[in-house]
Amino acid sequence: MSLLPYLHCMSGVVGRELLRFVHQRSRFVAALVRPLGWLFVFAAGFRMALGVAMTEPYQTYILYEVYIVPGLVGMIQLFNGMQSSLSMVYDREMGSMRVLLVSPFPRWFLLVCKLLAGTFVSIVQVYVFLLIAYIYGIQAPLLGYVLVLPTLIVTGFMVGALGLLLSTFVRQLENFAGIMNFVIFPMFFLSSALYPLWRIREGSYLIYQLAALNPFTYAVEMIRFALYEQLNIEAVLITLAATCVLLGLAILGYNPAHGMSARKGGAGE
Amino acid sequence: MSHELKPSAHTHSDSPPALNVRDLGFSYSGKPVLKDVSFTLGAGELVILLGANGAGKTTLFSLITRLYDHRQGHIEIGGFNLRQHSVQAHAQMGVVFQQPTLDLDLTVKQNLVYHAALHGMNRRVARERAMQQISRVGLRDSLNERVRHLSGGQRRRVEIARGLLHQPRLLLLDEPTVGLDIASRRALVEHVHQLCADQGVAVLWATHLIDEVYPQDRVIVLDKGRVRANGSVSEINAQQATDTIGQAFDRLTGGEPG
Repeated sequence: MSLLPYLHCMSGVVGRELLRFVHQRSRFVAALVRPLGWLFVFAAGFRMALGVAMTEPYQTYILYEVYIVPGLVGMIQLFNGMQSSLSMVYDREMGSMRVLLVSPFPRWFLLVCKLLAGTFVSIVQVYVFLLIAYIYGIQAPLLGYVLVLPTLIVTGFMVGALGLLLSTFVRQLENFAGIMNFVIFPMFFLSSALYPLWRIREGSYLIYQLAALNPFTYAVEMIRFALYEQLNIEAVLITLAATCVLLGLAILGYNPAHGMSARKGGAGE
Repeated sequence: MSHELKPSAHTHSDSPPALNVRDLGFSYSGKPVLKDVSFTLGAGELVILLGANGAGKTTLFSLITRLYDHRQGHIEIGGFNLRQHSVQAHAQMGVVFQQPTLDLDLTVKQNLVYHAALHGMNRRVARERAMQQISRVGLRDSLNERVRHLSGGQRRRVEIARGLLHQPRLLLLDEPTVGLDIASRRALVEHVHQLCADQGVAVLWATHLIDEVYPQDRVIVLDKGRVRANGSVSEINAQQATDTIGQAFDRLTGGEPG
């Protein structure tokens, strides 16, 4: 079979997600308000209390607002990844996940298409956020905005795959709200999104260790370095590895023979 | 030049059955839901799968659509084994699920084009097919309307058009009339019978509503996960010494102790 049908399928899935995104304007606004709130309120309040001394990849002493931007980019993707898996749960309840899964294409491919679609949506959100931050005065080198793109694809896949994996454990939306609290917040707070690791270490060694084990830390660092035209190999490798593992588990979770759907009785009643 | 995902040329000269289910069994956590289910649907044949709620109809559909795998028995669609050739088998089947599965915020056309993409069609072919199928279900004027603005009966017809977009040999309908008023229900039953006659697509129609059975239909009665009867309405009535399929159904399902 030629590759063309695969491309049609992929563009169809991505196109549908973008169309849905366009129709859900409130979701877009919410996705922007959250990080902007952090940037304008939280970071502005903290800038007096907290500057960040020279630390890689920054060349000088930086304001707290500058430090927090890559973390907020990660936050946008994290929320988006969870939200698209939320829609996965919703889709499964509404049955449109079943429509996706009766497509003749291999299931791993369909799930990758779905993740790609969610990642695209998150990248649109990220660039709008970065543009607003730019206008506000937080400006990275222009090339950084290009270099960050491949990074965002990887990190988008990572959090999307995590959401997908979680969606195989969750059957109802209510349970999902709990997982949001137990996954999103720990992942975000126990990472280098808000404070550099060395600073966390000064505060609490335990929290530092947890943050150092958190793959989201590396996703944020990868974004941070790319935005300032640098490559953090350690962060890239760890993020890629985490993405592969999460994606593999999510695909396994949706496999009709071994997956959760088979064990739980699937989406049907 | 269709880029559609189609089975590679089948070598059998006589066309294989649209659906062949043999010795199918399935259980949830040790509790059997389906047991020794076997039946065949010939090309272009319409069969009503009659069973009360909880008889195992949805489970049967989930296995045929491979939402989860069957561990006992065989399923073949258009001659393709579902486990060994799932790609080809899936390409030959269209499904209308019990729950509505259209995107309410998208237009009829967008919904159909999305489905066509899931079957590997390019946009041009997708649009042509969408137009063709939507005209057949009499909703041509609604092509650019959002699904949210359609009635329940219209939505079902869109789902049927969607199920037929990739020209399957088998159309599965899982209680498609749930939630419809009497008039739309009757129109849908009529429409699907017509469709089967016109397009030569085999249809497996699951329902618990006796009045959806036409006198000329073939009926499979499913009860507690087993096939209790399989034949034309008149054959089943003759076997059960009853006058109507309703009486036969009661006799077949009511008298069983367990």
